[in-house]
Formats: sequence, C-alpha cells, structure tokens
Amino acid sequence: MRHHLAGRIGQALLASFGVLTIVFFVMRLSGDPTLLLVPEGASAAQIAELRHQLGFDRPLMVQFAAYLADLIRLDFGESLVQRAPVLGILTERIPYTVALAAGALFVALGVGIPVGITMAVMRDHWIARLLQTFVLAGQSLPTFWSGILLILLFGVTLRWLPTSGVDGPLSLVMPSVALGAVTMSTFARMTRSAVLDELGRDYVNAARARGLSLREAVARHVLRNAAIPVVTIAALEIGNLLAGAVIVETVFAWPGIGQLAIQSIQSRDFLVVQAVVLFVSLVYVACNFLADLAYAAIDPRIRSGE
Amino acid sequence: MRIPFLIWCVLVVLGLFVLAAILAPQLAPFDPLRQSLLLRLKPPGTIMGGRSFLLGTDDLGRDLLSRVLWGARVSLAVAAVAVVVSLVVGTTLGLVAGWFKGTTAIVIMRSVDTMLSIPAILLAVLTVAVLGPGFLNLVVVLGLTRWPRYTRVAYGQTLQVAALPYIRAAEMAGCSSFRVLWRHVLPNIAGPLLVVMTAEFGLMILFEAGLSFLGLGIQPPAPSWGSIMSAGRAYVERAWWLTVFPGACLFVLVLCVNMAGDWLRDRVDPRSVSR
Repeated sequence: MRHHLAGRIGQALLASFGVLTIVFFVMRLSGDPTLLLVPEGASAAQIAELRHQLGFDRPLMVQFAAYLADLIRLDFGESLVQRAPVLGILTERIPYTVALAAGALFVALGVGIPVGITMAVMRDHWIARLLQTFVLAGQSLPTFWSGILLILLFGVTLRWLPTSGVDGPLSLVMPSVALGAVTMSTFARMTRSAVLDELGRDYVNAARARGLSLREAVARHVLRNAAIPVVTIAALEIGNLLAGAVIVETVFAWPGIGQLAIQSIQSRDFLVVQAVVLFVSLVYVACNFLADLAYAAIDPRIRSGE
Repeated sequence: MRIPFLIWCVLVVLGLFVLAAILAPQLAPFDPLRQSLLLRLKPPGTIMGGRSFLLGTDDLGRDLLSRVLWGARVSLAVAAVAVVVSLVVGTTLGLVAGWFKGTTAIVIMRSVDTMLSIPAILLAVLTVAVLGPGFLNLVVVLGLTRWPRYTRVAYGQTLQVAALPYIRAAEMAGCSSFRVLWRHVLPNIAGPLLVVMTAEFGLMILFEAGLSFLGLGIQPPAPSWGSIMSAGRAYVERAWWLTVFPGACLFVLVLCVNMAGDWLRDRVDPRSVSR
C-alpha cells in the first residue's frame, strides 16, 4: 500500500508540473506575453517598462523558475486591470462554482445511477431502451442550448425560477440541471456496464440459488462491486464539471470562476485567466489522485498489487 | 454488412447536413450578412415586402434560415479540419511510441497523461484567448488540444500489432521503420482510430459551437451556430427562435454523429477502444 501511495503521489506531482509547464508556454505562444497584459493603446515605452517590471525580458528559463517559485508560494501575481492580487479575485468566486458543481454532481448521481441500474437490470425491456435513448440524447446536449431552453421554459414562460444571476437557492436549480445533464449520461452508462459485468458473475447465481430475488441480489451484492468503477468516474467528472462551468456560468450569469475567466479575457486580464486554468487543472489532477486512492481503499486487490 | 434501419436514418440525416453545408450558397434564400433595421426580430413565418422569413430574423434583421444554413458550413468545416489535424498528430505520436518503445514512449505517453489532465475546453479557451480568435486559430487550437486520445489508442494497438509475426517478416524483408508503420501497422489499427475519430468529431462540433458561443470562435458577423445563439441569449425573452433553431441543428447533428459512432464501435472490436 505504501509503495502504491508513493507511486501515485509521484504521478500526481509530475502531472501538476506538466500542467504548469503547458500553461506557461501557452501564455507565451503569441511571442510576447506583455502584449496580453497592457491596456490597449499603450505606447512602446510603456510596454517596454511593463515588460521589464514583469520580468518578461529575462531568459525563458529564468522566467519559468520564477513562475514556479511564485506559484509554490500561491502567488498568482497582481491583476493589472483590477489592481488587486489575483488570488483574492479568484477565491472570491470559487464558492459559487463549488456550489454549482455540487448541485450538478447531485443531479448527475441522483438521476444517473438509478437510471444506469434500471437499464442493466431490465436489459431487454422497453423501459431500458427508452432510458438508453434519453441517455444518448443527454450525452449530445450542448449545455448552452439546454441551459437556454430551461430559461425559456421555467424562467420566461412558466416564471417558476429566476432566469439568471444569484437570487436565493432557487437560482442554482437550472444551472445545476444544465451542467449535470452530460455527466448524468456518463454515470448512467458507466453504472449500466458495471452492473451488467457483475450480473454475469458466479456469486450472483449463488445468491439467486440461495433464494434471493434479483432485486435483493443487486441491492446486497452487485452494487457494492459495481461501485468501484463508478467512484473512479465520479472523481474524474468533478474536473469536467468545473471546466463545463465556463459555459454554463456564462449562460446563467452565475458569478463563478468560469464567468470570471471569460470576463477576464474580455478585459484582457490574462493573469486571472491563467489562474483559473491552473486552479481547475490542479483540482482535476487532485481528483484523479483521490480517485486512485478511493479505488485502492474499496478494492483490496489493487492494494496488494495483484 | 447489414446496416440497421435506425443507422440508415442517422446516415441520411448526416448526409442532409453535409448537403446543406455544401449547398448553403444555393439553398440560402438571402445573404446571411444583409442587415435590415425594419426587419429586426421578426418571428418565424413572417412575410414582409414579398419576402418570407421561414425561421424569422435576428437582432440585426438578418434572415435566420440563411444564417443557420451557412452555420452548418462553419460547424462542419471547423470540426472536419480540426479532427484531421488531431488525428494526424495523435496517430503519428502513438505509432512512434508503440514502435520505438523505451524512453520515446515514456516521454510521449507522459505528455498524453499531462494533456489529459487539463480540461480540453479550458486549454482551448486559454489558447484562443492568447492567439486571438478566427477560423485558422480555432482549427489549430482544437486540433492541437485533442490529439492525446488518438495517441493512447494508436500506442496500445501498435504494441499489440508490432508483436505479430507478419511485422517481423516485413522487417526481415528489409522494410524501413517508416514503411512498416505506414504500410503494415497503420492499416491494421485503422478501425479503432476511426471509432475515436467519430466520437471526437461530435466533440469538435460542440467545442466550436461552445467557443463561438463564448465569443472566442468564429467572429461576427460570420454565421456560426454558437455565435447566433450567443446573440440570441440576450433576446431570450423576446425572440426564442434565435436560440431554439440553431441549437436544435447542433443537437441533432451531434446526436447523429454519436449514434453513428456508437454503432461503429460495436462493429469494430469492442474491447480495443475503452470508453
């Protein structure tokens, strides 16, 4: 177990380093990152001064080392547009995105897992076919379209829910459903195939032979085993939900980090954009790591390295 | 090979989208860019001055049907080119990693893991924001952010195929590594790559629309489903047609691509492509 853990920590650190490297070089793709940060219409002298002030005139490797050193101290730099530390701007918005992602995960798990179990247990029934179509549709749904359709139906026509912004807990409902729909389909598909895999095993036959009904066998034995792949996917999907929040937050004017990223691109506040990308990617790496740990905790075979 | 009825329907719908994209200049009743302040936000079916606007008009009085047809062109063109770019990059890296193994493989496959740990849409948003929007940048960015999945599949498949006797025979007959990979390995791993390609094609369409929706893709006034919907979001209470029609096209197109992809995956060896 200890060996396994050390290996996983090493992998997570390597992936984090890779993320930092990619973002560093992407920021420099245009040639001169200073041009991303200056206000429009700045003179050549102002640009040169800013370049020197931000250290962009140093050799690339020196810049990279300084960038890493700053990030390790959680220093994301100072926003030149808002004249405030980037870290503060980011942390102010994080709770909104966490609430949205949690809502979406709740929708996705709450609907996806029962739907997946039903699809597996009632395999050849018409209900399973119907659900399968529903899942396939959910998978192909662009979140910005489903979001706008929800606004049209529940916000504009029925007037049950607020159309956008933050106005009490009810405003979280539509963004969560829009964001959760795609993840819900992933959960349903994964749960279906995990349960189907387990249903073919000998222990299910043994349980049935002892007189358990299919329902009891599934509830007592199958779900516990089928949970292993589903837990892994759940952790991975948290990262996807945070990334998907960029679009959903724009649709619903939800003041999370996704909306912050888009607003910062428009106001040319690139250090904030960089911070959002780094934050989401590092959370994604951390989720991957936790998924591996959870996997090992649930399934003893992985612990002993069999 | 028997193709089920449902898949026939899907292929016909896909064919119609391709036709609409190719024939947009002939099919569109009006110039998709021509504005008219008198015709702002007219509902579907409006007939004014002897001209009929089947799907209504947008906030600048442009005909929505014409814009949606031209939008199909943008959507399919961006997705097709981006998929080809990522296919070529990803497959090449996967073949090289699977063939030469060792340090080369470790470096390439570690980069794949790293690329996959940055959510693709965010990487695309950041890169487009740095490089600036536009057709070419969009295609390059999408192509260069979505290669890792091909590399994974090509790598795994190459490892398996390279161990087979006929590859050894080709090597002994004096074929160069390039020739073995191009003539003998690639054709034998094409099936799983095709499956990945179909799934990626659907994703690319969604990515293009999403980025254009965020204002980072195709720039106005050029028609893209994403940018039409982005403008429509502002008028959602007065002009539902601006978001409903382009979104429905996008949804049906992606749904058909995904259905075709699922069918294809079941036809090709189902174990060779994970998830």
